Amino acid sequence: MSGLANALRRHPELMVAAVLVLAVVVIGAVNPVFWQPSNIFSLLRASVISGILALAVLLVMLSGGIDVSFPAFAIAAMYLTVKAMIAWGFDGVVLPFLMASGIGLCLGLVNAVFVHYFRMIPLIVTLGTGTAVRGFILGAVGTSQINIGQMPPDLIDFARTELFAVARPDGSMAGLSAMVLVFAVIALLVHLMLRHTMMGRSIYALGGGEEAARRVGFNVRRTTFFIYGLAGALAGFAGLLHGAMIWTANPRDMVGMELDVIAAVVLGGASIFGGRGTVIGAVLGVLTFVVITNSLIILGVDTTWQRIVVGLIVIAATAVTAWRDRKRLA
Amino acid sequence: MTAPLIELRHLGKSFGAVRALEDVSLAIGRGEIHCLAGENGSGKSTLIKVISGIWQPDKGEILFDGKPVHAMTPRDAIARGVQVIYQDFSLFGNLSVAENLALSNELQEGRRLVSWGRVRRIAREATRKLGVDLDLDALVETLPTAGKQLVAIARALMSDPRLLIMDEPTTALTGREVEALFRVVRDIQGRGIAVLFVSHKMREMLDISERLTVIRSGQVVAAGPIGEFDEAKITRAMTGQEIAAEGYRWEAQPGRKPLLEVSGLTVPGEIEDVNLRVMPGEIVGISGLLGSGRTELALALFGMKPGHAGSIRLEGRELRLGSVQDAIAHGIAYVPEDRLTEGLFLTQTIDRNMLATSHDRLSRMGVLQGGRAAREAAAMIREMAIATPTGNRPVTQLSGGNAQRVVIGRWLMNDPKLLILNGPTVGVDVGSKAGIHRKIRELARARGLGVLMISDDLPELVDNCNRILVLHRGRLVSEVAAEETSEAALSAQLGALA
Repeated sequence: MSGLANALRRHPELMVAAVLVLAVVVIGAVNPVFWQPSNIFSLLRASVISGILALAVLLVMLSGGIDVSFPAFAIAAMYLTVKAMIAWGFDGVVLPFLMASGIGLCLGLVNAVFVHYFRMIPLIVTLGTGTAVRGFILGAVGTSQINIGQMPPDLIDFARTELFAVARPDGSMAGLSAMVLVFAVIALLVHLMLRHTMMGRSIYALGGGEEAARRVGFNVRRTTFFIYGLAGALAGFAGLLHGAMIWTANPRDMVGMELDVIAAVVLGGASIFGGRGTVIGAVLGVLTFVVITNSLIILGVDTTWQRIVVGLIVIAATAVTAWRDRKRLA
Repeated sequence: MTAPLIELRHLGKSFGAVRALEDVSLAIGRGEIHCLAGENGSGKSTLIKVISGIWQPDKGEILFDGKPVHAMTPRDAIARGVQVIYQDFSLFGNLSVAENLALSNELQEGRRLVSWGRVRRIAREATRKLGVDLDLDALVETLPTAGKQLVAIARALMSDPRLLIMDEPTTALTGREVEALFRVVRDIQGRGIAVLFVSHKMREMLDISERLTVIRSGQVVAAGPIGEFDEAKITRAMTGQEIAAEGYRWEAQPGRKPLLEVSGLTVPGEIEDVNLRVMPGEIVGISGLLGSGRTELALALFGMKPGHAGSIRLEGRELRLGSVQDAIAHGIAYVPEDRLTEGLFLTQTIDRNMLATSHDRLSRMGVLQGGRAAREAAAMIREMAIATPTGNRPVTQLSGGNAQRVVIGRWLMNDPKLLILNGPTVGVDVGSKAGIHRKIRELARARGLGVLMISDDLPELVDNCNRILVLHRGRLVSEVAAEETSEAALSAQLGALA
């Protein structure tokens, strides 16, 4: 039994923390612009949506499944909510986010029904529901992009809130988006749920072995519905927040994003076999992912290389976690 | 007279057209060690699941302390003091020992929040109760099998059970670990907890239990105090047929050359200076504790230890075994210990599994001759008496005994000269075990095949081999003729080595 595999199993976030530190040091050394507050703030802001979605994916992966439907759910929740707000002439913040989360929740429960009652593989279920939901939005709701002019102003104002701002060398101000705080609060809540509630432990137990979880007395159905419901709600919330942050509601947005988010979560030490992974790991995974992919520009690397880097990150991170998880068979 | 702790009256349970339990009545007294015996598929596991509330019986009733209980759920069963330790232990490998121990307790108390201080306290209390020392922070998957079992037992004892059901608890344990387990079980009994010991190993049943119930095809076929039983009677009840254990008689034919001659075989760090001979038609047993080098010896003969020194001669010809392909080409076949992971392609059909090593032989210019392959596979299914209507079925549908026949049959298709069997009947029930033994003897006798049989099951070696070699720390330490030894003598010898 290798000591490294053991350490990684107990503290899955060790690997990603090391990668993040390495990445930051190297990038900062190559181009000191990296360390400017405006760059750091923009990286943090860029992590918010992926981060919330990563929490959703983490929940599903911990239970031993995988979810590829969340970008579709996020977009559906966002587009339906914004459309409804425009149609009803409603502006506001709390109710729209509740509505988007509720739409995501319902869609997530549909996933749970298939996974639990039909005993279907989550990958196939979520491929199906994700595709169907995208098709429904484009076919039955609309294909047109809603731009800044029509977007509900309260939403946009909310997303523009800044925690504080520092002056750039040229005198203009660079602010840290308050959405980073929103993400931090959600991450903390999910962390507390996973670590300190029986529901959270039942998710880990389910990932450790469904039959064993049942035998110990966990209500596997309730846990499954909770996981997919919460993952859906988080996706819905993230979808509307995404629209608010880019001032646009585009029904064709976030295509292919599932791979990036799953890559970040795996990079954060979550096991593709379930039962292993932490919120801290997932958050660090997203930060690392965002830092690396967004810094290619300041490193002077052509942006077309970005997808290659994403692919390599997926393969490398999965290889390390798979190696770690196989060690238990030895 | 007080009512028994639990009483089952005429239980029946069907799944579709399959009647898993026909009519089972059984009573377990307080603090009694009761053994439930039966072959695979006899209904043992269904019965466990009914007692633990996972399945509801279709007919009959369950009484606790003389009072009938209806529509029992797993939670009800646990609340009445039933704890089950499954063969796979049902632990969470990804969680710590402490959490594994505390989880069911927290669930029983209906807690919604987890206090890690409490988890540790509960876990410490649990290990203290069992009188064992476990690293509470270790992840369960890093523990050895016996350690996992202790965690499972400690967890079960946490809820102060009145009935502990242990499903095949000794399957993956070494002889010494079995003894340690029995001490724990007797200790549990000493606290007034009844134990239902589910097994198909005769010796263990006779050793540990006070009462025995044997079921076959979902019906109780024998029951009573253990004193009324002996091995033959239990076997008869379990299989419904007389299986007489008789030794394998093999006569050296004058003038025949040895089939296999191994001299000075050494694999650095694993086996040292091993010399042995196998005559055609001979079955030679290899015994030794885990880690004695017996599997390594088999692997060396199968070409999987290319770095070996010494000489291996088959039919007088010196072999250079650098790879498995070399070994196969020279007519050496190996049936591994863990057939599920090493021996079978679980997602494939019986036919494909049969033909797995014969593709080269059955191909002409790289194209498999389908007709001939199908005919040969069908012939081997008949020869090995594998219970299946057609070779087109998934191999996973076969019972353990039949699956083992597929692996052996596969190798026979290439007409091997030397067959190495590692644990040929691990996890196979008594009836099919006898069938496999009969087949191996027949093959040795009729084809003049040399067989090397590695096994933990000492009666298996004594009954089937004409010679038994004992390996210890990579060296051959003794050789005995099976006629001149007994299971007890062999066991004592192995015990002395440990």
